[in-house]
Amino acid sequence: MKKILLVIQREYMTRIRKRSFIVMTILGPLLMASAFVIPMYLATLTDGEKRVVEVLDETGWFYEKFRDTDEFEFKYTVKDLETAKIELLENDEFALLYIPRRELTIPSSGILYSMRQPGIDLKSYIRNVMSKEVETQKLRINLNEMVLSEEDRERAMKLPELIRTNIELSTMKMDETGGEEETFTEVMMAVSFVSGMIIYMFIFIFGAQVLRGVMEEKTSRIVEVIVSSIKPFQLMIGKIVGIAMVGLTQFLLWIILTFAIVSAFQLAFADQMPGPEVQMAVMQQDAGLTEALASGDDQQIARVFEIINSIQYDVILISFLFFFLGGYLLYAALFAAIGSAVDSETDTQQFMMPVTIPLFLSIIIANIAVYNPDGQLALWFSMIPLTSPVVMMARIPFGVPIEQIWISAALLILGFIFTTWVAARIYRTGILMYGKKVSYRELWKWLTYKN
Amino acid sequence: MALFVTENVSKHYAGHTALDKVSIEVPEQSIFGLLGPNGAGKTSLIRIINRIIGPDEGNLYFKGEKLQQKHIYRIGYLPEERGLYKKMRVGEHAMYLARLKGLSKRDATIRLKEWFDKFDIGSWWNKRVEELSKGMQQKIQFIVCVLHEPELLIFDEPFTGFDPINVNILKDEILKLRENGATIIFSTHNMASVEELCDHIALIDRSKKILDGKVKEIKNQYRSNAYSITFDHFDGLLSSLLDDRFEIMDEGEDEDRRFANVRIANGLESKDLLEKLVKTLNIHSYNEILPTMNDIFISVVKENEGR
Repeated sequence: MKKILLVIQREYMTRIRKRSFIVMTILGPLLMASAFVIPMYLATLTDGEKRVVEVLDETGWFYEKFRDTDEFEFKYTVKDLETAKIELLENDEFALLYIPRRELTIPSSGILYSMRQPGIDLKSYIRNVMSKEVETQKLRINLNEMVLSEEDRERAMKLPELIRTNIELSTMKMDETGGEEETFTEVMMAVSFVSGMIIYMFIFIFGAQVLRGVMEEKTSRIVEVIVSSIKPFQLMIGKIVGIAMVGLTQFLLWIILTFAIVSAFQLAFADQMPGPEVQMAVMQQDAGLTEALASGDDQQIARVFEIINSIQYDVILISFLFFFLGGYLLYAALFAAIGSAVDSETDTQQFMMPVTIPLFLSIIIANIAVYNPDGQLALWFSMIPLTSPVVMMARIPFGVPIEQIWISAALLILGFIFTTWVAARIYRTGILMYGKKVSYRELWKWLTYKN
Repeated sequence: MALFVTENVSKHYAGHTALDKVSIEVPEQSIFGLLGPNGAGKTSLIRIINRIIGPDEGNLYFKGEKLQQKHIYRIGYLPEERGLYKKMRVGEHAMYLARLKGLSKRDATIRLKEWFDKFDIGSWWNKRVEELSKGMQQKIQFIVCVLHEPELLIFDEPFTGFDPINVNILKDEILKLRENGATIIFSTHNMASVEELCDHIALIDRSKKILDGKVKEIKNQYRSNAYSITFDHFDGLLSSLLDDRFEIMDEGEDEDRRFANVRIANGLESKDLLEKLVKTLNIHSYNEILPTMNDIFISVVKENEGR
């Protein structure tokens, strides 16, 4: 154990002091932002199920104004809200759009009820249709009242400003009991994207470091000196854990740095900049919690925790750390095995395919999952250990049944125990094998050597 | 007493046998040469002794105890294929390897400083490994290998990459280590250094041990009863002085001397040959031709191939 600590310490210290680590730590937060663009594009690829949105429009302004799209079908009904909500639960419809009537005012808000989390594309579509319609109506009212006078001309000048409308569309997520939960789609999507992407990047960047580290030890022939002092397994585990800690350090520094940058911008452009919703939500939670703790009111504390639980921040955080490490450990073992089997970088390619394909797949599925977190596709791929870290993390912010998380977590643990076992067997033979072009058949032989 | 014993050690890989029932005994405080052609199984045996790989069959004993993981801290190993982390600093690197062998931070620092002073390389401490030449790196590896004062040292081709001056320094250090009580297993293809350093040898060929014992005894065993003679010119043939119990293997002359190698039949002694010659010839030198380890190596391996 003491020996593993020495290995971990070496792996950690030599990497932390590298120039590339420092550069990445500074560039990371910037790269993260750009990493959003790709998933946004991929997100346009969706499941292809057509979902029904029922429209309960008390104003009557928007009848037949929502046109069916590739993904959504709009049905118009006239009934009271409560019945409509019950029917939504009974019929397996996707969502209910409720546009309440307000006395003497122009309609400017709607509520979207749904059992599942409505995607951002649906919301923006509704918002667009509504603003356009309201703008048209406003223009008509204004024109009707118009008499050509000096005064009117002035008023006409101000028309664009007058008719600008901002539609406020809040979403309500409903559960089986018919209760309503206010959710913040954008918050969830951001959390979902970011956590999925970070896990994906973490696995790739630091998995590659494990691969290169093992290859360096093999090609520089240091490995035989070391395995005469410690067991190959200790060396492998030490390297994997050491690099994991480098990753966690970098991640922590990214958070601190990103937070610092964002805070600095917010201070500088306090008025122009809308605060990132993720942060606001988190800060609200924190403020509430501190207040409650300060007041010492048990009931209030209980309520605050209830809110946190309803948004499942604890689940998000714990599962993020879990899937973050679990996914890394699973892949790092495979990367270590590949590194031990080859003599040079060019030989890695034939073995990289089976490792990178599930990783690529997982980020693609994750992007679909963000728009349909409860779909069959997302469900299954969040169970398979090779894809679950990324896909499950993309689903969790939208609320996943706890038993699904447990199953997925258990499978992931089994998964990385299995890959580590496989890797250790390949590794101990591979690191001492030089000048031999290794095939899959050869690897299989190594797996079955007894030792 | 034997410091290290292997008993019928075998190792099989898919399709071939690396070691076939190899038994060796390494006496305490000896330099034990482990010889054999390339691919004979030496490296496999050394790795098994270091517990890097396990044997399929057979037993290993360290000072009479069954070989266990705790013993590896009493073994120092300088592999044939050796390297260092290129980006690390020399001192830091040496510390790391020393501590992996179980030395405390304090002990490692003190001993390293001593050795660095001894080899006069103190100024390397803060250099990066990649700035050192290959020979310089080998020195570091040698230091790290002996630093924890192991009872058993295993050197696999220790002299490759060194210039003659450093080879001598290293030889002296190896002999000093033995004087101070260490036992050394020494694997090499350089037969000259085997003659110079080794007390015992074992020869492995095609995964089997085919010869072992004290170097002196082996040489005796392989002596061919041949003598080389140099003498002044004389009129006549050497063969006219000898009967058929003596075989002239080689004969020649240069400007002022003649020389000949003569093998004598079993049962005769060196004085029998001398008696025949001494009346007629002016003998300048008379020596028994002893086989070199090189000759023995080649003849034994060839003989084994013939089987």
